[in-house]
Amino acid sequence: MKSETLIKIENIIVQRGGATVLDISEFHVQSGSIMALIGPNGAGKSTLLLTLAGLLRPQRGQIYFRGQSVDTHAGRTILRRNAAVVFQEPLLLSSSVYDNIALGLKFRRLRHDDIRKNVQEALDYFGISSLAKRSAKTLSGGEAKRVSLARAFAIKPRLILLDEAFNSLDPPTRETLIEDLRHILEETKITAVLALHDREETLRLAQDVAVMSGGKIIQSGTTSQIFNQPDSEFVANFVGTETILEGTVKRSNAGLMEISVAGKNIEAVGDFLPGQNVYCCLRPENIIVSKKIPEKISARNVFEAKVQKIIRHGFFYKLMLDCGFTLVAYITMPSCEDLGICEGSTIAASFKATAVHVMRRE
Amino acid sequence: MELIVQGIKKAFELIVSFDPEVMGITWLSLKVSGTATLISLFIGVSIGTAVALTNFRGKRLVISLINTGMGLPPVVVGLFVTIMIWRNGPLGFMEILYTPYAMIIAQAIIATPIVMGISLVAIQNLPPNLRLQILSLGASRSQMVWVLIKEARLPLLAAVMAGFGGVISEVGASIMVGGNIKGYSRVLTTATVMETGKGNFDVAIALGIILLLLAFLVNFLLTQIQQRQHPR
Repeated sequence: MKSETLIKIENIIVQRGGATVLDISEFHVQSGSIMALIGPNGAGKSTLLLTLAGLLRPQRGQIYFRGQSVDTHAGRTILRRNAAVVFQEPLLLSSSVYDNIALGLKFRRLRHDDIRKNVQEALDYFGISSLAKRSAKTLSGGEAKRVSLARAFAIKPRLILLDEAFNSLDPPTRETLIEDLRHILEETKITAVLALHDREETLRLAQDVAVMSGGKIIQSGTTSQIFNQPDSEFVANFVGTETILEGTVKRSNAGLMEISVAGKNIEAVGDFLPGQNVYCCLRPENIIVSKKIPEKISARNVFEAKVQKIIRHGFFYKLMLDCGFTLVAYITMPSCEDLGICEGSTIAASFKATAVHVMRRE
Repeated sequence: MELIVQGIKKAFELIVSFDPEVMGITWLSLKVSGTATLISLFIGVSIGTAVALTNFRGKRLVISLINTGMGLPPVVVGLFVTIMIWRNGPLGFMEILYTPYAMIIAQAIIATPIVMGISLVAIQNLPPNLRLQILSLGASRSQMVWVLIKEARLPLLAAVMAGFGGVISEVGASIMVGGNIKGYSRVLTTATVMETGKGNFDVAIALGIILLLLAFLVNFLLTQIQQRQHPR
């Protein structure tokens, strides 16, 4: 099934106080997809969301909603009525939870019965039926967030825009909300654009990702493209490629390259020409750590490594390894103890040629 | 001491016996100040909200002017209204000098900046993204403004209280434009001034007590409403 383009923007410029805060030549979202916008604070994610929602009129550029230009007042109203934004703060009104969720439906002057039906459905989706009569101002942070999400879903928008939906929630609350949201998006098939800053949330929720910085989209693609084949050092860093090594291609033959990095050779898949300066990117989860250099191993790249530093990282240890160049690897806490690894000890690090993502370096 | 005890005794007699003159004065006070507050509520809330929600050059100047207006001296307002409605003044044709209508106009002029200033702050203090959130749920502009006003209802109630409190207790403008005509434009404050001047302390005290009671009752009622919506 070929899906239509729900919303597309072209040559958008948004300025605020003389400074350009958004500068996007082309960006579109397919109907039914879930797109994440990631990037550091001030990258323009929120501004892009407001632009997509029709709440912010750009100084220049075109917005098309379902193929129709959103240039007239009528066009903007159609977009505004079909898109719902959920802001970082819950922004609930001081009335009951029910009345808060009914708000958008009342704006549309729906019949009383229809309002009740839609509100009940939204309450059920987010598992907050028991809160319906509560005053919205007495809710906990997680409950308030659910109400603000339910309020947006109740109007059955074609496009839902979530700005840092999981910020300032404690981990268990966040965890269940992410799961619920994933199910609801799957079930309702509502197109969603989510501004996120957490890699894990991005991986769990989104199929497509656009990486933003300084008001621009630096790279966009499927989640696996962005995470495994970043096309710049900035994106690589941002998506958690811990190891980014500078090297030069020495040999290149039938899709396999030999790259010289700090005097060592790394084998990688790709076809850059010899002499090309490149970055070798390695995600920490692709690096295998063992006590000694294994005798039989399928991995093409095996190095003796000295443990420089062990950093606790959630349930993992992050190892900074010196192999002549610095490699970053993750290891679980039990295996770290099994292997008897401590700072200063010498171990072996290996990775496959396919695990190395090679980018051009100017 | 005798004077005060006597005065208070007499005052209670007047109140408990529902003295027709005292009741008439009280009723007129309520009508004049109530109407003036209502008018100031419409003008003050709409202009206050409009100023809060729009950005224009000179916005700060306008806000400063409104804030200055919150402390408008009643005698100056009285003077201004008198000049305007004087027999051969610009609005003299209306022939309303020394009528309750003139008092309503003067009191509305006093209360409007108070209500305007407080509603402006009330709307400005709402979360900045609330406006966008309401619009994004599909509200028209007027629906959005109405939701914002409802959301700011507690500080707006405070605006009503402040406006009413300001005009019910005001005497300068009322005496200048109303003339304190017995049975026609005499209100609690103007009557208190007159009775005190004449040395009728008992009546003056009675009127003073009623004025205090009235102010208390109205504020008590509004506070009741306010606290019910803000359980804590």
